[in-house]
Amino acid sequence: MGALEELTRPATGDDHVGGVPARLVGAPASTEEAAALVAAARDLTVVVRGGGTKLHWGPAPRALDLIIDTRRLTGMVEHAAGDLITVLRAGTPLDDLALGDQQLALDAPEGATVGGTVATGASGPRRMHYGTARDLLIGITVVRSDGTVTKAGGKVVKNVAGYDLGKLYTGSYGTLGLITECVFRLHPRPAAHAYVRSTAPAQAVPAILAAQVAPTAIEVDSATGELAVLVEGTPTGVRERSALLEKLLAGEVSEKPPSWWGRPPWPEDGIGMKLSVPLSQVPALIETGSAVRGSAGAGVLYAAARDITEVERLRALCVRGGGHAVVLTAPASVRDILDMWGPVPGLALMRRIKDQFDPGHRFAPGRFVGGI
Amino acid sequence: MPDIDALARRLRSELGPAQVITDRQELRTYECDGLAHYKVVPAVVALPHTAAQVAAVVRACAEAGVPFVARGSGTGLSGGALPHAEGVLIVTAQMRRIVEVAPADERAVVEPGVINLQVTRAATPHGYYYAPDPSSQQICSIGGNVAENSGGAHCLKYGFTTNHVTGLQIVTPDGDLVRLGGRAPDPPGYDLIGAFVGSEGTLGIATEVTVKLTRLPETVRTLLAAFGSIDQAGAATSAIIGAGVVPAAIEMMDALAIEAAEAAVACGYPPGAAAVLIVELDGPGAEVEAQFEQVTGLCEGNGAFEIRIAADDAERALFWKGRKSAFAAVGRISPDYIVQDGVIPRTALPEVLRRISEVASEHGVRVANVFHAGDGNLHPLVLFDAHVEGEAERAETVSGAIIDLCIEYGGSITGEHGVGMDKAKYMPRMFGADDLDTMQLVRCAFDPAMLSNPGKIFPTPRLCGEKPGSGLHQRFPGVEVF
Repeated sequence: MGALEELTRPATGDDHVGGVPARLVGAPASTEEAAALVAAARDLTVVVRGGGTKLHWGPAPRALDLIIDTRRLTGMVEHAAGDLITVLRAGTPLDDLALGDQQLALDAPEGATVGGTVATGASGPRRMHYGTARDLLIGITVVRSDGTVTKAGGKVVKNVAGYDLGKLYTGSYGTLGLITECVFRLHPRPAAHAYVRSTAPAQAVPAILAAQVAPTAIEVDSATGELAVLVEGTPTGVRERSALLEKLLAGEVSEKPPSWWGRPPWPEDGIGMKLSVPLSQVPALIETGSAVRGSAGAGVLYAAARDITEVERLRALCVRGGGHAVVLTAPASVRDILDMWGPVPGLALMRRIKDQFDPGHRFAPGRFVGGI
Repeated sequence: MPDIDALARRLRSELGPAQVITDRQELRTYECDGLAHYKVVPAVVALPHTAAQVAAVVRACAEAGVPFVARGSGTGLSGGALPHAEGVLIVTAQMRRIVEVAPADERAVVEPGVINLQVTRAATPHGYYYAPDPSSQQICSIGGNVAENSGGAHCLKYGFTTNHVTGLQIVTPDGDLVRLGGRAPDPPGYDLIGAFVGSEGTLGIATEVTVKLTRLPETVRTLLAAFGSIDQAGAATSAIIGAGVVPAAIEMMDALAIEAAEAAVACGYPPGAAAVLIVELDGPGAEVEAQFEQVTGLCEGNGAFEIRIAADDAERALFWKGRKSAFAAVGRISPDYIVQDGVIPRTALPEVLRRISEVASEHGVRVANVFHAGDGNLHPLVLFDAHVEGEAERAETVSGAIIDLCIEYGGSITGEHGVGMDKAKYMPRMFGADDLDTMQLVRCAFDPAMLSNPGKIFPTPRLCGEKPGSGLHQRFPGVEVF
């Protein structure tokens, strides 16, 4: 334990995950330090923490000895502008990237890190056009549960050499190891953009899609009854496309998004859900009377549920429609008696993956589907 | 030693006699895929018609300890569907039902034997198409596309198969039917679809695929620009990307590739060009027109001596005809050739092409270059005559040197053809032992007995947590597992 004491500090009152206190906190500043820490922590249960913006998502860990804090593992390793790629350390905040006229097209709450966004597979309005972390991540470095440093993918977008482990790590909630570095493809920052705000119903989405305006995002919000569309591109193109949408939706063009855009609809201590459904099912979700908000263009919405009954009602609706409903966050009293993940097809294979990557079940134990 | 005859009898009784082949002559039809210099005659070929039949075949193989290999249309270019001599080749070509086209969900559900272009044909009446478009799209199957994570000329803007699959039904190497994902995005749990797509048949067999459909663009504009040098064409490519334009495709061909294409399909490219670029933009009319003007200017500014703009679909098809026929066309100027597939960072293009030509002349071998310039995916065609003593070896050397260049410049050993049998030996040059070991953890989770397409991708199979002495050779003596 000598090495471990040098690499960690005792935990304080803030160092807990879902109310489960940690004993130790380590904050490595490089992949090598991270590997040494994980190797020294071989008998310990571990949860990785980034900016902490989504640490309350998911069930609490079954046990927690060590928090690995990535906030010293920061910085841009490389930005190859001509190749439209960047290499970022996991603890780098996403709102802190100096990429010039290029962008990493991921929506994330303020303070969210690269690693946390990838580990939770979190996404926002622009996923409709740019895809999510799984689509933008082209290479990854991970410290395995046994301390081995491993890489997958690479630094070129087009690459089919070997298994695409980046996709497996994306959305794995820290259960397969510690992500230390990510390589992403970038997009040019559009020269112009406009939002078209309206009170058109979600049923208007097919007409928007048919109108050939190539929207970057289509968002709906049940509380305000609003539907807003983001278009991006050349100044002329954006002007023409937003004018067309303005007419189609009887809306109005705005430089800025509505205040609810990209924000979760639940209060801080509320029950927050992520609902994903086939596109044709989106209107039915909006009409449930629940507070629902999100991408009508991608079929991923967020809901504030008042109680477990509402969770079950929304889940039943999603599952019947061929979709999924996950409770992202809930007060401890609700969280601990709730199946947060819902039905998970392929769970048996997932357990086998976990057994291979983390045979001791030490990384984020109990935080993931099926108690993984 | 597994009893292949007993296995064949079991398969006949489960599938019906017409769907199981053991006749040596008939088996030879399946001895290779699109990479024809590797040939292995399988012990048995099974032609299932349903997912349940695929599961039955795999289960029988698993119980008998017999390896199996999946094959779609057999157009792969890395030997991924190369049969196993003591194994069963499971051909999914009979499973070619388009289960549903659901434009309201922007999805189509298809069986694995459905041809890539058929998905687009089925979706077009609804205003949609299937975006991944490998050059072989008229004959390659969706199942094969899933296995290889196929790309195509337009993946620069639209991504690869993996970005367009939202649901799979698979038969696991144990013979279980499992559904992953569906029409909705983001199924909870590990992204097993992401792991499966591109796993080259080593994690099981896809028996149904749910794909995204993409809106047909309002406008498509295509130009052909001729340059006096490769460097100019490379600089024009960089300038287009640097200007923040995301074209649907940027393709390049060099003089030798153009010569071959002219000989084969008389595509009528501008005479005297050292390189041509095909640039295609698509999207809303208002966007495309503005950017097309910009692209034309950038080509001129970087020395294009002739720019042709496709006036209609017929002319666009003619531009693409030269490009899409380039591989086969090389047969007109050389009796034999190797199609290489490697990736480099786009900005290294001019430098790497110079070094390829140096290596080629050093060995007295000609190399024709055809590539997806926008994403740095090279397809050098290494020309040789197998009847001339030593030429095949020299061509092989040059082809290998090109892969080394791709690695040296931080690229990849394959951009779309896959690792398969052909490139397993290069994997340790791109990845460390720990990286390959980690990938095989996934293999061990899906297929601990290593029966699903053994010997592909990984040069050295990992033992899946067994104690020494209980490895594959001990459990299945006589079976070649790698």
